[in-house]
Amino acid sequence: MEQGTWLLKKGLAQMLKGGVIMDVVTAEHARIAEEAGACAVMALERVPADIRAAGGVARMSDPTKIIEIMEAVTIPVMAKCRIGHFVEAQVLEALGTDYIDESEVLTPADEAHHIWKHDFKVPFVCGCRDLGEALRRIGEGAAMIRTKGEAGTGNVVEAVRHMRAVQGGIKRLQAMGEDELMAEAKALGAPFELVLEVHRTGALPVVNFAAGGVATPADAALMMQLGADGVFVGSGIFKAEDPAPRAVAIVQAVTHYRDAKVIAEVSRGLGAAMSGIDVRTLPETEQLARRGW
Amino acid sequence: MKVGVLALQGDFQEHAAVLRRLGVEVVEVRQPEDMEGVGGLIIPGGESTTITRLLHRYGLVIPLRERIRQGMPVLGTCAGMIVLAKEARGLDREGLEVMDIVVQRNAFGRQIDSFEADIPIPALGGDPFHAVFIRAPIIEEVQAPGEALATLEDGTVVAAREGNMLVLAFHPELTADTRMHTYFLELVRTAAAETGLKEPSKK
Repeated sequence: MEQGTWLLKKGLAQMLKGGVIMDVVTAEHARIAEEAGACAVMALERVPADIRAAGGVARMSDPTKIIEIMEAVTIPVMAKCRIGHFVEAQVLEALGTDYIDESEVLTPADEAHHIWKHDFKVPFVCGCRDLGEALRRIGEGAAMIRTKGEAGTGNVVEAVRHMRAVQGGIKRLQAMGEDELMAEAKALGAPFELVLEVHRTGALPVVNFAAGGVATPADAALMMQLGADGVFVGSGIFKAEDPAPRAVAIVQAVTHYRDAKVIAEVSRGLGAAMSGIDVRTLPETEQLARRGW
Repeated sequence: MKVGVLALQGDFQEHAAVLRRLGVEVVEVRQPEDMEGVGGLIIPGGESTTITRLLHRYGLVIPLRERIRQGMPVLGTCAGMIVLAKEARGLDREGLEVMDIVVQRNAFGRQIDSFEADIPIPALGGDPFHAVFIRAPIIEEVQAPGEALATLEDGTVVAAREGNMLVLAFHPELTADTRMHTYFLELVRTAAAETGLKEPSKK
């Protein structure tokens, strides 16, 4: 019997496919998310919109909060640690968290190195803006990838940019001859073996979700049609006027992402979405996606 | 021969890929009308809470239950097994409740307790099957005429069959061994041949 293997780590992400992972800050939120049909929840002290508003240093949540949420639901519970903060990750593993998000939403603890994730038995998900960044994280042991988008803005534009960059990068690699791959690996800053694998398979070796700015059922379906395997919704649900029906609607939009009739039906009468931020008005220092490399 | 894969949530694409490798036409099932012409159904791994909610929301419970009771072969892996069980401990919604088994959700614990193991499956013959258990359920009781197909070393039942219904606590769709899918497709072919005899007007 083997545990903590690569197959098990990336396998759990495969079970989450076609689903919605929701940010929750209380046990009550977690129950609403599970009731709506979330395939997992992300346990946080504050949703990204509030982290953004509060400023200061954002750290791993209080373990009490995470345990409370793990006890409230039966679906997988994820939690975030700071980029490079491997001790926060050790703590989350000790708590029994099902997945760790090494996340740019928290203030980075290391500006040069991400966590060496192969050392852990618990799987990790990491953010990316393009194919090179995705493959660097997978090289370090991330068993699941998500776009960074721009968390806490309710604006899907960055998630779209990042998903198109990843998908475009994959198509580009597929079209190349093998003699071009080493130069491309250098340009991408990505491990050669993974570049070769993507060239041969035409897909990332792990599941890729969309994240960072999804606020409506149509946003979620947009990300799915652009090639996401599933969707993270952070502030978009619990910062909206009426969270529960919006959560249900987003779950349905992800399942029926090619069926505009279903998306039209579930989008009706949801109340106001979270108020958004035009990402172009954010100074670079406040753009979370720029954290990590 | 068309085989449906329930595509509400979970690793349905992985199952579809195995079926296509075995030369089978695959239909992704999200609505009742997608079941037309489908001779067998796979209910994949995923989150059973999510899948059961969507089964109810899209009116799939009654039509799927009827088709399975009429003899359509069905394979449930992990969450799919939970959805098919008459009693699913730890699930807050009724699933299809067609197979006379009692299952326990998340029976081994959290993700760090997930494991891989080689288990003998006499029905398949040959080498043990490399089985991948991810936040897996177990089968606590199997009622006759259903029977256990595989157990762990400690006797825990992790695969069972009752006529046209086949359930596994693990994920054959995540490994290269296609014996389990081939075994299921044999049930689908047999059922199709029998239906063909009863209803000569249909293919």
